[in-house]
Amino acid sequence: MLIFHLDPLASSIFSFLVIVALILAFVMLGSHWIRNHVYAFAAESWVIAALSAAIGFYGHYPELFIIAALTALLRGTVLPILLLRIIRDLKLNREFTPLLQPSSSLLVGGLLVVFSYALAHKIGLRLDLVNSFAVLALTTMFGMKLIGFLMLVLRTEAVSSILGLLVIENGIFLGSQILVPGMPLLLEMVILFDLLIIVSTFGLLIRYLHREIGTTSSRDLTRLVG
Amino acid sequence: MMIFNALFAIWAVVGFAVIFCWLVPSARWAERVNLTAAIISFLLVVYLLWAAPVKGVTSVHDYLLLDGFGVWVLFCLAVVYLLASVYAIGYMRWMHDEAKRLHRFYSLFAAFALTMFLAPVQNNPGLYWIAIDLTTIVSAFLVGFQRAPQSIEAAWKYIVIVSAGLGLALLGTVLFYWGGTFVLGPVYAMTWANFAAITPKTDSVLLMLSFLLVLVGYGTKVGLAPMHTWLPDAHSEGPAPVSAMLSGALLNCAMLGIVRYLHALVGTDVAETAHTALVVLGTVSLLVAALFITRQTIIKRLAAYSSVEHMAVIALGFGFGGPLGIIGALYHMLNHSLAKSLVFFGAGNMMHAYGSKRIDAVRRVLDYYPKSGALWLAGAVAITGAPPFGLFLSELTVLRGGMAGQNAWAVWVMAVLLIVIFIGFLNHFRAMYFADRPPEHRPHLKLSAWHVAPLAVALLGVLALGLWWLPMIWQHLDAIAQHLGGPLHAAS
Repeated sequence: MLIFHLDPLASSIFSFLVIVALILAFVMLGSHWIRNHVYAFAAESWVIAALSAAIGFYGHYPELFIIAALTALLRGTVLPILLLRIIRDLKLNREFTPLLQPSSSLLVGGLLVVFSYALAHKIGLRLDLVNSFAVLALTTMFGMKLIGFLMLVLRTEAVSSILGLLVIENGIFLGSQILVPGMPLLLEMVILFDLLIIVSTFGLLIRYLHREIGTTSSRDLTRLVG
Repeated sequence: MMIFNALFAIWAVVGFAVIFCWLVPSARWAERVNLTAAIISFLLVVYLLWAAPVKGVTSVHDYLLLDGFGVWVLFCLAVVYLLASVYAIGYMRWMHDEAKRLHRFYSLFAAFALTMFLAPVQNNPGLYWIAIDLTTIVSAFLVGFQRAPQSIEAAWKYIVIVSAGLGLALLGTVLFYWGGTFVLGPVYAMTWANFAAITPKTDSVLLMLSFLLVLVGYGTKVGLAPMHTWLPDAHSEGPAPVSAMLSGALLNCAMLGIVRYLHALVGTDVAETAHTALVVLGTVSLLVAALFITRQTIIKRLAAYSSVEHMAVIALGFGFGGPLGIIGALYHMLNHSLAKSLVFFGAGNMMHAYGSKRIDAVRRVLDYYPKSGALWLAGAVAITGAPPFGLFLSELTVLRGGMAGQNAWAVWVMAVLLIVIFIGFLNHFRAMYFADRPPEHRPHLKLSAWHVAPLAVALLGVLALGLWWLPMIWQHLDAIAQHLGGPLHAAS
């Protein structure tokens, strides 16, 4: 398996890319300018594309090059353009009603990553993988997952909800590239296109929200309770 | 093979309805084509029920699986699709504002059915995940079809919460596959049978983590508390035929995923904990349903919380396990599909007749609508699990199944909560039917046969299932239960 025997150069490249992706998740968590979230998401997707390509190269999985290209195209380019169009059309600038200050949300995010590490370490111990790259991959996977959920909880703007979901997706995708690079190609491609459909659906619904309710903040969606 | 051709025929017919209804801007033709697709697919599913082997057979490079359990879920779906397609004809004609877009409604309606016809037969857990994801996308548009602020809000909350939940399910799926790479090597086919084959040799902590992620993920879609919050919104704000499909058909399709993963764990040392986890979620859901049903003020939210209740009963049945638990849960799926369609159809009729969504606006129903009102009342009695209807039998079977197992404590909780729900639910109907005060606005809407016939058919069905549990059905469910209760890898 790939994670057992890596040469030092490959290992450092992978670690570097994974950590950059995690830091970009924190960039999204710390900034309140929605446009910056989208840029950070695009950058993160390109980093994941690079990671896919690197794994394809070092692990001899040629089909990962296709995945890398599609990731860069769909996640790194098409999705951000769609999101930027929504932001432009609805004239959104920044998140108006954060529940926590940026510094506090960064702190909570940090704690979540520590928790992810504890979990990953535990699994690593059970599987005799403690010193391998798998622990870092698992930490990032769980960490990005939890940061995505944190964004869903803290942010109220509808576009931010989409971005939170996309960070969750990116985390899973990044983890699956490292842990199971041999996962069937068909599945990964379908998931990529699925993401595109989901985001278009979200885009459409946001426009309806804007037109019919006159708000895109989840704080104002209070008609249905109980 | 014949049976797969029948499956492809269903997809083709329903797929044709999707395209036809989208392209031809005639509501009348859309009604007919959609109804025809529903009838044909129903007949084909009945054939599958008879012809598909319980232990399952795969096709198309192992991508598709037809087994007893999957076909049973398809059958519940086909029943609801047929009933809802008939009812939609009468109901949707009330939507005068949407008359020009009505053909699009039928296109989406058929597309929703198509995505649900895809999900239960996927042999690849990843593709199953995608099929479930597609059902969410299509049904979100159906929930928001009326473009009223409430509908859009419900659709938005639905898609955000369910997508987040499904993210967890995907993570669980990836971790499950990863666990298998230590057994079967880095590249292997992702199938339910392979997942079952790896579980005895996978580390138990990793296995439990993956299962819990999958349980919470698909549990969100099933509407198990505390992940149920989208369900009352989506089920109450969509048009009534859509509510029936969401409740009677879609929830079963998502439950299927949980049960398949549970099945893959049979024979491992985490199986017991996994079953208990499902029982705990089921009990919490019952409690939440009981609380919200008792204090409910909106008609369709009442029915929606009743869906949470019945999914909890099904979850408890599968969680208890054993032949009786599983047979009860399977029988309950069909009973719930029929009875809940009836309740939602009746709710749709009365909401339009009285022009309000509120329970306290609907009064003295039998004075104005003797036929439709009586059917709806009978449906309410059926959905609370009173004899002589089918839900009584299936709930009793689940309770009996629970007595035999390790989680007997939950049986007592379940029995008490079911009684609370029975009283709370029917108390609202008492107010709507037998209160002294006449309604503020007298209803003067005429109900046609389209609005009443589907209720009568559903009631007859659930009554027949309650009066006589056909030995044929019992034996079929017993065979499925034996298959689901035993280890999968030994069978395949």
